[in-house]
Amino acid sequence: MTGTKEKIATLRAVLAPTGRAQKRVSLGRLDGILNGGLRRGALHEIIAPASHEAAATGFATGLAIRLGGPVLWIARDYALLEHGVQAATGLLELGLDPARLILLRVPDMASALRAAMDGLSCAALGSVVIELSGESKLLNLVAYRKLVLAAGDSGVTVLLLRFSAWPGIGVAETRWLIRAAGSAEGDHWGGPVFAVELQRNRAGPGGSWILEWSCDDGVFRDFWWPADRGAVVSAASERSPAAALADISAA
Amino acid sequence: MALASVHARVPALKVMAANEPADAKLLRRLADWCDSFSPFVALDPPQGLLLDVTGASHLFGGELAMLERLRAALKKQGFAVTAALAGSAIAARALARYCDGLIVPSGADQAAMAGLPVEALGLDPAIAQALRKAGLKKVGQVVSRSRAELTARFGASMVFRLDSALGKAETPISPRLKLPPYRVERRFAEPVVTENIMLATIKQLAGHLSKTLEERGEGARMLEAVFFRADGLVRRLAVQTGAPTRDPAILERLFREKLGALADPLDPGFGFDLIRLEALHTEVCRREASDLDSSAAADEKEICTLIDRLAARFGGHRVLRFRPSDTHIPENAFAALPAQYAPNNKLAWKSMRAAQETPRRPLRLMLPEPVSMLPGEVVRFRWRSVVHVVRRLEGPERIAMEWWRAPGPSRDYFRMEDEEGRRFWLYREEGARWFLQGVFA
Repeated sequence: MTGTKEKIATLRAVLAPTGRAQKRVSLGRLDGILNGGLRRGALHEIIAPASHEAAATGFATGLAIRLGGPVLWIARDYALLEHGVQAATGLLELGLDPARLILLRVPDMASALRAAMDGLSCAALGSVVIELSGESKLLNLVAYRKLVLAAGDSGVTVLLLRFSAWPGIGVAETRWLIRAAGSAEGDHWGGPVFAVELQRNRAGPGGSWILEWSCDDGVFRDFWWPADRGAVVSAASERSPAAALADISAA
Repeated sequence: MALASVHARVPALKVMAANEPADAKLLRRLADWCDSFSPFVALDPPQGLLLDVTGASHLFGGELAMLERLRAALKKQGFAVTAALAGSAIAARALARYCDGLIVPSGADQAAMAGLPVEALGLDPAIAQALRKAGLKKVGQVVSRSRAELTARFGASMVFRLDSALGKAETPISPRLKLPPYRVERRFAEPVVTENIMLATIKQLAGHLSKTLEERGEGARMLEAVFFRADGLVRRLAVQTGAPTRDPAILERLFREKLGALADPLDPGFGFDLIRLEALHTEVCRREASDLDSSAAADEKEICTLIDRLAARFGGHRVLRFRPSDTHIPENAFAALPAQYAPNNKLAWKSMRAAQETPRRPLRLMLPEPVSMLPGEVVRFRWRSVVHVVRRLEGPERIAMEWWRAPGPSRDYFRMEDEEGRRFWLYREEGARWFLQGVFA
């Protein structure tokens, strides 16, 4: 009898989808500090200071790619006018298959939170991205708790992407402050570069890094500027952007 | 009689201007309500309704009971009603005007009509007048003349109408609403008011519907719940599904979402006395063969259900999926379409970027916003009243507009990175005007 049970257990282990079973998903370099990776079925908050919305969107997209599975992206109508619409072509360039994305446009924050609860009850999703702008009384401790509980029940990860907001209450598993960071000098632009500040981390200490998203491999990598950045800028001034633009205009 | 002399006789008379559009609207509302008696309801403006009750009267305990019930209900709503039931629509229409409450036994239309004036046939007034001049004042007198005589004098259409009225020729009424392929309904002796009972009824009806759908191997794509209020108001709630569905629990849930999201809540008033569920559009729905690798299919199904729920609550136009379009114009290269109509197909997305290259298309795309390039040694531009100093720049990538679709100046696109590392996508039109169209991560 015990033999049969064991057999069933092994068969189950074979049949279980490998990605879903993992409780944490690797973020490469940051795994150590995150106690093995980004926790699934938790709430991760990504905060963008004003005018760094696109960088934060890129970082959230990176996390969604790492988490895998279909993505429900909830955004408010006017936020799309203000910060631009999610471009399928741009997501594709970062490595997210647009077919994996379900986009929901909601009229207000209450609807966004309600829709997120719906999304979190659907275990087939990989992640739910909630894109919010500004502060609201609706986004209180109760709302956070609800999201955390729902995420925990279904194993779907919440990425709360907040523009022009201040870090408030600490219920999130992790909280990231994301800014754009300049790319290295030279002909090669490289992938998107983020100045990442891990402000809150339940699994360990925080920290800040400069990370580059590798669009080809779908991983975050450490990024170093050349030792003396200032010198490189002046060296490149032989062919400054202005000169380049002038060349082009002449052509 | 002039209005002044009427006022002189009845000083308390209230006079109101006729409002024909409002009358027509009221008539349509009544027609909606009459839908609870028979699916075939036609308007007979300005004040008539024609119902084809063939095969429906037994549901109400016979023709007399049905007619009385209809009259009583309309009277209760505050209308003066005259009604009759006959073998043909024209006969019924005439008899309702001249012999209120008459039910003509089948085949006796001619006898019942014989005594009516010729105007009752609803002919062209000129023809009715001509008939009168010819001394044919009653329908019976007209019938007594020979066909050939009548055709020669008044035309074939008049004879056809006469035949239709007497039940000799078939003229079906043209119903206002298309009869849905599936409909189930429940009638209440006592009107229901609570939402719980309404939802329970929908679930029960969905159960009945589901059985029929299953027998025919179909699933519903579009459903409508129709609530008939006792005082004559009719409310319809439609939900759509992304894939053919016949699971009563899912259908009930969709209606629950829809009810919860109504901006104008379903006011039961004195209660609903009939709730009906119609499947307006159905598709073939095969039962999937379950296999070991069914987890992907199950996931797909779960996502479909989520999309339906979100669409029921927020509206189908808000739940979107991306589809690629075959064009190189950046803003048209993809489209966000309602997810329920854009099934997740394996369409090819073509990356613009070569391996090891930075993204060539922005993550967030906006309507092109004019920016001003500032003069000077360094490239600077002002966008949304902030000056960005460009540290890196790459371009141009020339994109010509599609002259066969919408001609326009071609654009020279540049990727620019400012001092803080933000990357922008700007273009210059041929006229040297600059625009910002997107932001990179």
